[in-house]
Amino acid sequence: MNTTTLPTAPRTTAPAARAARAMRRLGPGWFLVSPSVALLLLWMLVPLAMTVYFSTIRYNLLYPGDNDFVGFENFYYFLTDAGFVPGMLNTLLLVGSVLLISVVLGVLIAALLEAAEFPGRGLVRVLLISPFFIMPTVSALIWKNLLFHPVSGILAALWKFFGARPIDWLAEYPLLSVIIIVSWQWLPFAILILMTAMQSLDQEQKEAARLDGAGPLAIFWHLTLPHLARPIAVVVMIETIFLLSVFAEIFTTTSGGPGYASTNLAYLIYNQALLQFDVGMASAGGLIAVVIANIAAIVLVRMLGKNLTEKY
Amino acid sequence: MLTLKQSRRLTTVLTGTLSWALALLLFFPILWMLLTSFKTELEAFATPPQFVFTPTLENYLHIQDRSGYFKYAWNSVFIAFGATALGMLIAVPAAYSMAFFETRRTKGTLLWMLSTKMLPPVGVLVPIYLLAKQFGLLDTRTVLIVIYTLINLPIMVWMIYTYFRDIPRDILEAARMDGASTLQEIVQVLLPIARGGLASTVLLSVILCWNEAFWSLNLTSSNAAPLSALIASYSSPEGLFWAKLSAVSTLACAPILIFGWISQKQLVRGLSFGAVK
Repeated sequence: MNTTTLPTAPRTTAPAARAARAMRRLGPGWFLVSPSVALLLLWMLVPLAMTVYFSTIRYNLLYPGDNDFVGFENFYYFLTDAGFVPGMLNTLLLVGSVLLISVVLGVLIAALLEAAEFPGRGLVRVLLISPFFIMPTVSALIWKNLLFHPVSGILAALWKFFGARPIDWLAEYPLLSVIIIVSWQWLPFAILILMTAMQSLDQEQKEAARLDGAGPLAIFWHLTLPHLARPIAVVVMIETIFLLSVFAEIFTTTSGGPGYASTNLAYLIYNQALLQFDVGMASAGGLIAVVIANIAAIVLVRMLGKNLTEKY
Repeated sequence: MLTLKQSRRLTTVLTGTLSWALALLLFFPILWMLLTSFKTELEAFATPPQFVFTPTLENYLHIQDRSGYFKYAWNSVFIAFGATALGMLIAVPAAYSMAFFETRRTKGTLLWMLSTKMLPPVGVLVPIYLLAKQFGLLDTRTVLIVIYTLINLPIMVWMIYTYFRDIPRDILEAARMDGASTLQEIVQVLLPIARGGLASTVLLSVILCWNEAFWSLNLTSSNAAPLSALIASYSSPEGLFWAKLSAVSTLACAPILIFGWISQKQLVRGLSFGAVK
């Protein structure tokens, strides 16, 4: 704000004066921001540095003391592990399909709710967003036991009602099942954000367009969708962050199986670290996950970063 | 040919019917969990699923001696509110200084904070686990409080920042003219004005902590496990326990669902990092 530094400010050599100037340049509030920044910096750097170190040594909790430097061996083993390729593909499929489902259906449902004032709209809104507030372990187990169960689940009953053979969802379509559960949790998030954004759409503009003879589809396409560009960007970004690390939903339902059919990267690394005790290989995997998240982050921040701050 | 009024009414009826159908479809799993929690285990497992039954409170009445529910619930409360209080203590000053003493670095710092959320937890799982083990913090509430504070800090700073930005600066300047110190200015002027925004920040943080399941599953076992971990423990053995699971789940989710319903509009601001209001 008030950093009106003169272009020809005299150079003082006294260290105290220099420090004072540096502090002034940081602004009067620097000491209020620094706890947050320092803690987040520690939280990022210390574990990350340790992960980098562990990834270059042989480190299995079952064989303590045998910690030789092995270079890129851990990366080699992780990348050639039988679970890596399916884990990568499953991660991409999971993130991609849940994003697609939640954004497309989210826009349609939010638009539907805005289309007309009908009785009980407030309650409908509350019901629609509710799944987002259910904790992941609960939603996973509810779906597993009460809905997907091949004998007494609701879906089995529905299939039988129509004379079809009930499906053992988690065994026959493990990845699809996980996608359904995770979509059920994140579609409501998209609805919540998009509904709120929709309400700030200028009604007069809409009315004017309608008087000019624009049909509902034209209004949706030319007015509503452009207005939603920013909230959609937000939904994509936040969901990507969380979907890259889906864990509890897999842990409590399929345990990544059968085989690697529903293992994602997060679950694969957990499996290496805490079930097979191979710290070195898990660290290598962790770094690969960080690199992937960073690629996604760079792309997303490029797309959305300006969008987020430009308003202020 | 329909008159304009008729076609408006038709739109309302169609929109309403479709919306209600979708809402009930999405809400059904929660409703079914609630219903199952009032069944006996045999009814819960019955084929075809029973919609009509005599409700029993059995599952709720024996929830403590069957699962030790209250220990886990207390852990959840303690961890969620502990992490939230700690987070507010660190986030409010940061947001204050960013909103009212903006420098060239402020925007960059905010975006950098957001970027720490991009670090996938699995990337640091191993070192955090080993550090916790080293310091004797495995299966303690402390370790979860510290981690939850750190993972929610960026969201809290952003959310409070956007609320502070909406407060006219003249008010603070007037207080400063009257000779208020920085602390007085924050406590006596700023906090009362931003009360609503701060309350929604607290609520969002509590919700996120309460539902978190990656760290709670990996770092706690019996002592410090919150409800999210207790419920995961129902996943291992196959058997007749669905009514109990439903009762525990209903109790674990009810407070958060109610928080979410109350504050849906304010949560949007925090969840979207201030981009949608």
